[in-house]
Amino acid sequence: MPPGNSALRSATISVLVDNESGVLARVIGLFSGRGYNIDSLTVAPVDDARGRSRINIVTSGTEMVIEQIKAQLDRLVPVHRVADLTREGPHIAREMALMKVVCTGEHRAEALRLADAFRARVVDATTESFVFEMTGATEKLDAFMALMRPLGLAEVSRTGVAAMARGTTTI
Amino acid sequence: MDVDAPQADATTEAQQPGAEVLLRALKEQGVEVIFGYPGGAVLPIYDALFSQNAIRHILVRHEQGAVHAAEGYARSTGKVGCVLVTSGPGATNAVTGLVDALMDSIPLVCLTGQVPTHLIGNDAFQEADTTGITRPATKHNYLVKRAEDLARVVHEAFYVARAGRPGPVVIDLPKDILINKAPYKAPAPEHPSYRPRREPDPAAIARAAALLRQAKRPMIYTGGGVINSGPDASVALTRLVRATGFPCTHTLMGLGALPASDPHFLGMLGMHGTYEANLAMHGCDVLLAVGARFDDRVTGRLNAFCPGAKIVHADIDPSSINKNVATDVAIVGDAGEVLRALLASWEAEGGADRSALAAWWRQIDLWRAKQSLRFTQDMRPGAIIKPQYAIRRLHELTRASGRDVFITTEVGQHQMWAAQFFGFEKPNRWMTSGGLGTMGYGLPAAAGVQVANPDALVIDIAGEASVLMNIQEMGTLAQYRLPVKVFILNNRYMGMVRQWQELLHGGRYSETYSEALPNFVKLADAFHAVGMRAETVGQLDDVIREMLACPRAVIADILVDPAENCFPMIPSGAAHNEMILGPGHEQEAAGITDEGLVLV
Repeated sequence: MPPGNSALRSATISVLVDNESGVLARVIGLFSGRGYNIDSLTVAPVDDARGRSRINIVTSGTEMVIEQIKAQLDRLVPVHRVADLTREGPHIAREMALMKVVCTGEHRAEALRLADAFRARVVDATTESFVFEMTGATEKLDAFMALMRPLGLAEVSRTGVAAMARGTTTI
Repeated sequence: MDVDAPQADATTEAQQPGAEVLLRALKEQGVEVIFGYPGGAVLPIYDALFSQNAIRHILVRHEQGAVHAAEGYARSTGKVGCVLVTSGPGATNAVTGLVDALMDSIPLVCLTGQVPTHLIGNDAFQEADTTGITRPATKHNYLVKRAEDLARVVHEAFYVARAGRPGPVVIDLPKDILINKAPYKAPAPEHPSYRPRREPDPAAIARAAALLRQAKRPMIYTGGGVINSGPDASVALTRLVRATGFPCTHTLMGLGALPASDPHFLGMLGMHGTYEANLAMHGCDVLLAVGARFDDRVTGRLNAFCPGAKIVHADIDPSSINKNVATDVAIVGDAGEVLRALLASWEAEGGADRSALAAWWRQIDLWRAKQSLRFTQDMRPGAIIKPQYAIRRLHELTRASGRDVFITTEVGQHQMWAAQFFGFEKPNRWMTSGGLGTMGYGLPAAAGVQVANPDALVIDIAGEASVLMNIQEMGTLAQYRLPVKVFILNNRYMGMVRQWQELLHGGRYSETYSEALPNFVKLADAFHAVGMRAETVGQLDDVIREMLACPRAVIADILVDPAENCFPMIPSGAAHNEMILGPGHEQEAAGITDEGLVLV
């Protein structure tokens, strides 16, 4: 481990890359090859005209490791811009989850009440199940999942974090 | 439309087979030599090479050899080395060389054949996922899937290989792309995303210069980045060192930047560096690091590295700064530009605490007086040769010859002794596998150096174990009449591993003795070279003289003391001031911690 401040922090990093084959493998390989954490990763094209995709990565490490991650990402050839949203000012981060809850009776009513309180939408229902759709901060999704678990949470599909800076700042 | 009508579209008319477009782009990029080995997937390129004379092809005996030869070519000339191998095993055999070039920042472009695009992913004959395999082995790689991308990708690959921190780039070329018609395109003026910074930030230079002026115990530590920047960077370093009067040390990759004979040069630092270099690192109050990456072989135990120093780190690769060691002033930029800016600042404002510097040099001279590279050679004619003595004599006799000398090495004890005892006066004269530590590097690298420098004296200082890893390249020397001298320090052991077994593993020499070595004199003969052997110290000078005078390739088998260890040494997990100085000074290896044992 490098010396220096050993306190861990979380970082949400957005990377603007050329939308070409292998670019995601380069980013993931960098993380696995150098032993960095990936807590969440999303990727999708964002600018068809210029052929750009955006990768959002939530990672954690010491300040030195996070600076290292940013420098390593920045020197990849197809990378146009690396932004540490956690450091560069306030930002918003959202993810979406689909959560299947299988339950009957009182649990069913309770699940619906909680979903309403959390502003989760019912996107599928049978007499024995619901699929809730929820968008929000990671912590909110985590909290809702924790409540659903004893009620019959059977399956979860999450998108991972999409994020950007608040205000007029762009990547 | 009338099929006989002349074509109006100029680009269509200009289209040529992909292989021709490839060669045209290579010529435009200044390629004069390709090191390669043919195979099915690259036949169209070999066919195109056959009918032209501008690019010379050097046929190696193994694809790993092609990459090392291109590395030797690149390191000795400053140009981008070029490699051509076929698909599948051709590409996988090249991987070790690619990683070697990646670790040591050597600019290469490696062209790999690939099965036709419609067969990719079908487990076709000699298919391998070359871009997948080489992704972490290269600075960047490309798979050309469309004919219209071919010329652009070749130009871009050369730019990426040489820009910023140099490195190897692979272009994977499906066979149909090489056969089908493709348009030619000139290089683009600017890369869309990869534009590394060369010019240092003047504010950072000012902060660094202020620290240097205040230093009482300064130290300059430079690496391969100064060599990669070109000979002007070495000139700038030499001027800065002489203007400031500061002591200077080099990493293994940085040797030759400052002339070894300069009194400011303290020798190499690190695990097998000199006592004075390592103690000066430990004791300095301001460290200027340029084009070096604080490798674990250099720093020793990190929490005891340069404990009292403010650290200025200049590197063209921002990811090398603050990676292992926290720096006080970070300068992103080309080593030569940084050194010139610091020199200009020094010359404009002057400085240095002269009395403190004089006291610092008195301390350094005390460390120097320990003579950490001292060894004892029994000079009776029948005595066994000490490996250090063999390299010292090689250095003295080559220097007396007045010829331009290029040294390559394999990996192990002989490599460290070469770094310690062969003084390099100029950059680009020393090619060794530093980061990856690739046994078998030296012989093919020497072939590449000799191709680039036909009139120079090129010597591979080798170990008998390492050289066997790519001994087939003796065939390349023979085919192209390359008069490379292979100077084997033959101790019958994998010496460096044996040394660690002696010091750290209770002298249990597990699998490090070579029971059945070849007769190297006969081996030379079999490869159309000249073999010679020195068994005693009385024969050594004659063999070296005979080797240097020989116009052909030579293997000189120098039998040396098998028990000799490479000192001084910083044990793994130890700090710079915990060096073992060798026989007479030796401390108990039992002092090495379990943590140190893990550190290899």
